[in-house]
Amino acid sequence: MTKSAGSPSAVTVRGMAKYYGETRALDGVDLEVREGTVRGVLGPNGAGKTTLVRILSTLIRPDAGSATVAGWDVLQQPRQLRRAIGLTGQYASVDELLSGYENLYLIGRLLDLSAKGAKARALELLERFSLTEAARRPVKTYSGGMRRRLDLAASMIGQPRVLFLDEPTTGLDPRTRNEVWQEVQRMVSEGSTVLLTTQYMDEAEQLADDVTVVDRGRVIAEGSVEALKRQVGGQTLTVRPARPEQLDEMVRCLAGHGAVAARGELVLPVGDEEQLTALIGELGRRGFGVAGIETRLPSLEDVFLAVTGATAKDAPAQPAERNQQAEQDQSRMERV
Amino acid sequence: MSAAVLPLPPLDDQRISPRAYLAHIGALTRRNLMRIKADPESMFDAILMPIIFTVLFVYVFGGAVAGSQGHYIQYMVPGMLGQIGISLAMAVGTGLNSDFQTGVMDRFRTLPIGRASVLISKLISESCRSLLSLVILISFAMLLGLRIHTGPLQLLLALALAMAFGAGMVWVSMLLGMALKSPQAVQGIGFLIIMPLQFGSSTFAPTSTMPGWLQAFTKVNPLSALADSSRALINGGPVLHPALQVLAWSVGLTAVFAPLAVMKFKKRT
Ligand SMILES: Nc1ncnc2c1ncn2[C@@H]1O[C@H](COP(=O)(O)OP(=O)(O)OP(=O)(O)O)[C@@H](O)[C@H]1O
Ligand SMILES: [Mg+2]
Repeated sequence: MTKSAGSPSAVTVRGMAKYYGETRALDGVDLEVREGTVRGVLGPNGAGKTTLVRILSTLIRPDAGSATVAGWDVLQQPRQLRRAIGLTGQYASVDELLSGYENLYLIGRLLDLSAKGAKARALELLERFSLTEAARRPVKTYSGGMRRRLDLAASMIGQPRVLFLDEPTTGLDPRTRNEVWQEVQRMVSEGSTVLLTTQYMDEAEQLADDVTVVDRGRVIAEGSVEALKRQVGGQTLTVRPARPEQLDEMVRCLAGHGAVAARGELVLPVGDEEQLTALIGELGRRGFGVAGIETRLPSLEDVFLAVTGATAKDAPAQPAERNQQAEQDQSRMERV
Repeated sequence: MSAAVLPLPPLDDQRISPRAYLAHIGALTRRNLMRIKADPESMFDAILMPIIFTVLFVYVFGGAVAGSQGHYIQYMVPGMLGQIGISLAMAVGTGLNSDFQTGVMDRFRTLPIGRASVLISKLISESCRSLLSLVILISFAMLLGLRIHTGPLQLLLALALAMAFGAGMVWVSMLLGMALKSPQAVQGIGFLIIMPLQFGSSTFAPTSTMPGWLQAFTKVNPLSALADSSRALINGGPVLHPALQVLAWSVGLTAVFAPLAVMKFKKRT
């Protein structure tokens, strides 16, 4: 998904600020999302992600700054703006007493679809989010994941030009997560622009064209996923020895290059391609058998830790996710 | 299936056509009624309150206040119309407050619908509930011996006055429901407002034995006017003055509190 840098802006935020007493939820945020792209807004708990999304979807008013969404001003033209957006908030906003179908049908009607149109759209989205079987049951009988999916479906009814997703996959199992990612990508392929907040690096890597890292109400880094990773440093080389007992010897031999042993493999940073070529040549000359070689870019998690610096320890430990994250990074390593 | 984004006509101005407005109110009212269907227990108060109150007051106070149950039914039941109307009205805010806690209201507030449509739909479904409750009250009281000395038209007028005043109070209640933090707070404050209104009135007992300061309060209390006009409409007697008073209160409450509630709805948080 490559986009020309010149495409018009779907979301523009200038000097946005929102204060709650002493708390600076947003403290002068600038942001620009090009049409047809996915912007990931990454940040720890309390960074201001939800506040930003709620301002952009006209739920709260900023204390300073301005913003337009799909060309409409958040303060001056809220009604036109609302017609152009879809929102899935951080917490489910579906009616517990109504069925999944009735929830979607109601929103369709409120978006001025005909009775027939609203029905068709509701059924289509229930199907897409694997909710057809539960469609007639009251939402209060749904699992957390089903509720989340219904919430996402609800935000897509009007085929919005700009979709705001506030931590859309928090609490979802991996399969459901993938399903959500697919639907988001599908919305983008149909022409929508997406702004999604997340605390998950792999989610941003998976979906976002560009990433904005926020912390304590301020933007602390911005750019394409690739660019941000490069900002942190070069690649990491991992070598699996053909004979495991040789690992220590290999590490000693390349210790001058910063090699360490980890999980039965030799791991070392490489600055550029020449250095990489030289290192592999060196291993060959010394007669070490190599069973596998991989390089990977630093993960967004590394980026996040690097740019949030001292505040990183306040960042949420992402329990479970951390391991899952590591596994996914492993599986994404590129073969050399 | 179509892949086009924006099948909806773009709106060029802030206004919503009256037809769309009505359609939104209809869809939201349908939601409210479906919620009642999904949770029939929410109707218990509307159904049981008129029955329990009538039995309690008629048999506990009837003999003491009016000398006989029969006399007291004719006196108290018309006043109960207002008492039930206002009790149900004050419960609306509690429900609205819980609605806001769930995030459903956030969804509505991000949709391009008229600002007042959510609240108006609430008013409509609550009025249906209230009407049902008032009809149960009259029917049950007739079983216990209530006689309509006037005619069906007057009875309908009495119901209409109670509903009109109830509607005014619904706006007060909705404003409270959005202004206060928790459903419990809404319920507590609502109770504090309606208790003095209910008992500091001519609803349950004639005011002639009350001390002067309380009589002064009962004279300006709209529930007295409502009780007096309902009594006149059911038992016969001069109606115009108290009825106009009730109408003035209803219009006044709505004129002041409806815009405030709508503004609060728009601005909440
Ligand atoms: N209504 C409010 N009243 C007081 N403080 C608030 C309010 N809303 C947000 N805040 C504060 O503003 C800051 C930013 O909150 P926000 O919800 O935007 O963070 P977030 O990035 O979405 O966090 P999370 O990842 O936990 O969802 C926090 O310190 C929060 O406590
Ligand atoms: Mg949040």
